Amino acid sequence: MKPRHKRAAIIIGALAALGIAAYFVLNAFQSNLVFFFSPTQVAAGEAPKNRTFRIGGLVKEGSVKRDNLTVSFVVTDTSKDVPTTYTGILPDLFKEGKGVVAQGKFDADGKFVATEVLAKHDENYMPPEAKAALDQAQIQKTIKSLK
Amino acid sequence: MIPEIGHFALILALFVALALGTLGVIGGQQGRADWMALARPGAQALWLLAVISFGCLTYAFFTNDFSVSYVAQHSNTKLPDIYRIAGVWGGHEGSLLLWFVMLCTWMMAVSLFSRQLPDVMVSRVLAVLALVAVGFLLFMLITSNPFLRLSEIPAEGRDLNPLLQDPGLVFHPPMLYMGYVGMAVPFAFSIAALLNGRLDAAWARWTRPWATAAWICLTIGIAMGSWWAYYELGWGGWWFWDPVENASFLPWLVGSALIHSLAVTEKRGLFRSWTIMLSIIGFSLSLLGTFLVRSGVLTSVHAFATDPKRGVFILLFLAAVVGGSLALFAARSGKVRSGGAFALVSRETFLLINNVLLTTAAAAVLLGTLYPLIVDALNLGKLSVGPPYFNAVFAPIMLPVLFFMVVGSFARWKNDSVAELSKKLGPVAAVSVLLGCSAPFLAGPWSWLVALSLSLVFWIILTSLQHIYRQLKSTTNWKVIPLAYWGMHMAHIGIAICVVGITMVKAYENEKDVRMAIGDTVEVAGYTFRLTNISEVPGPNYTADRGIVELSKDGKVLRTLEPEKRTYFSSSMPMTETAIDSKLTRDVYVALGERLTDSATPAWAMRVYYKPFVTWIWGGCLLMALGGALAALDRRYRRKAAATVPTHAKGVAV
Repeated sequence: MKPRHKRAAIIIGALAALGIAAYFVLNAFQSNLVFFFSPTQVAAGEAPKNRTFRIGGLVKEGSVKRDNLTVSFVVTDTSKDVPTTYTGILPDLFKEGKGVVAQGKFDADGKFVATEVLAKHDENYMPPEAKAALDQAQIQKTIKSLK
Repeated sequence: MIPEIGHFALILALFVALALGTLGVIGGQQGRADWMALARPGAQALWLLAVISFGCLTYAFFTNDFSVSYVAQHSNTKLPDIYRIAGVWGGHEGSLLLWFVMLCTWMMAVSLFSRQLPDVMVSRVLAVLALVAVGFLLFMLITSNPFLRLSEIPAEGRDLNPLLQDPGLVFHPPMLYMGYVGMAVPFAFSIAALLNGRLDAAWARWTRPWATAAWICLTIGIAMGSWWAYYELGWGGWWFWDPVENASFLPWLVGSALIHSLAVTEKRGLFRSWTIMLSIIGFSLSLLGTFLVRSGVLTSVHAFATDPKRGVFILLFLAAVVGGSLALFAARSGKVRSGGAFALVSRETFLLINNVLLTTAAAAVLLGTLYPLIVDALNLGKLSVGPPYFNAVFAPIMLPVLFFMVVGSFARWKNDSVAELSKKLGPVAAVSVLLGCSAPFLAGPWSWLVALSLSLVFWIILTSLQHIYRQLKSTTNWKVIPLAYWGMHMAHIGIAICVVGITMVKAYENEKDVRMAIGDTVEVAGYTFRLTNISEVPGPNYTADRGIVELSKDGKVLRTLEPEKRTYFSSSMPMTETAIDSKLTRDVYVALGERLTDSATPAWAMRVYYKPFVTWIWGGCLLMALGGALAALDRRYRRKAAATVPTHAKGVAV
């Protein structure tokens, strides 16, 4: 093989490898995107039916009920509510009236079943997603009251 | 008074750094030896100022000076002494100060351990580092001054976030920062070389120990962070693909590529542009990590504060560094063309393949980390990329890396043959596959992924031992074998050990969340856990519910574990303290959840884990770091290269 041919072979091989890698990466990427929906969006039916997604807002006061290890609570953006259940140990900072982000799916009855409840790490810290959901709901309310 | 001294030291440092940066660069360009001679004393002065400033903030913490806003927010009179010192870097402003101190420490080290370097090189390297310091100092003084005073002095501080009140805080951040900032040193060497227009084997030899040193710190820092998350957060996870973890992992991946690419540049004078590129990317990723952590765009343990001004500043700084260095690279890259040829089957090729794979892995992690932020910034919705993506992408990229690692360390430079390589590696490969495929039967259900990784692990370890054996046999005196040789094999075996941990935990870990009343038992992976008691225990600044859990196997009691649920006085924030029984081949892990009040008998939620070989993950990292240390301490880096020292250089031995 001449050096020129060898170099061409290396370049083609590298490009092919890169192409295959890119294909796998993007494929995995596409199927693992988890979208976020605010309770208002969920109420409007925008959330997917058979796919994992995230919701966020506040844990509604007085909504936390325990039955053994299963906890049910309501995630609210002060305008709309999403009833949620979770089985397992909740993060330390899960509290009524505080911000929360949960990841999960709808079950057959249309109830949100969380597989993961995300902790915030400081009592004064609000997850940006939850904050955005609350702000959005507040804006909608203000617009309505002006009409 | 003391905080003002600290503040003043920072302002003074800004001017020293500015002078050092401009004089160093201009002096280097114009060949002014008197300006260049200022580099070492200048860097040492800068270090002194940084230490004074840091000492002042530490003093303010130690004396509970709540008139300083930062102290009031992150300390408390009841905080134990050790956390009052570590609390200095427990928040945003202080961790930036630590960052700056680390940068100055690296500069100090360069100024002390650079006797074999020509003055012009030293002054340029220190000048580039000083310019980086200017950026950080401006950032601190403009947006995040740790010495700001409060007009109304609170009687009590707000306390350090309970999550951070752990020995992990004492060691993890300084070590990680040391690594992050350390990436600035090879970056500075590259910029200096571009300014010089001279990029030869000598340059690579000067840069190698620094790149390796930074890589060692990153390795240890990441490993400690992972261990801390494992025992502290109560979720039993040692890696979450959290954006901030990724931010520290990205420079590590690129740094790993860099130290190998530097090896080729030193030994064969090849891959020069690639090496320069990697050092620029490595440092840029360190800065990107700073941006991600400090701008508050992320939901994470590490996101202390949200202030858009800070994010914008770091982003501008990042743009200046990346833009500036890439422009310089574009202007000068014509001068750094690599010479020399190598055959398709040669050590160069295998190192190149692994370099490409490591950077591809870094790119894939970067995509998953940045994509949600970009989509959010463009207002296209909110989304996240889950761990399944990273797991799915990472394993297929890294497994070939393990394969080529072995082939690369056996292949000869320039030219080798497949026949020869397979003669050397083939028999061991057969044995490894046999061992790798049978080992999973001992641990649990057989899976091809476990078999594949364990085969590679056996192959790495056995071939390394084989190589060492041959080396010892062929040399009469083992003392002549260079340290770097031992370092390489130790680091590679470290990787293998780490892979064992990751593979076994991923495949065979076992977890149970259960409800337990006193006297209840639960069984996981052959171990029986019995909750014998729960009592209230006072701590220095918290009270805790402490569970007593009896661990037994086959009816034999092994020990008691005492997990706690703490409530801190200052914040009423509960904290889970896990209890772990650690053995060489497995960890057993208990965490106390919340008290369940739904029935008459008191009961608690408990989480129980069985984690096979989990400690091997960190043990492997430690071996890697040790290997790196051996490599960086190799005698030939300290040898004075007489030919490269210009004869007119003055004051070489400062």
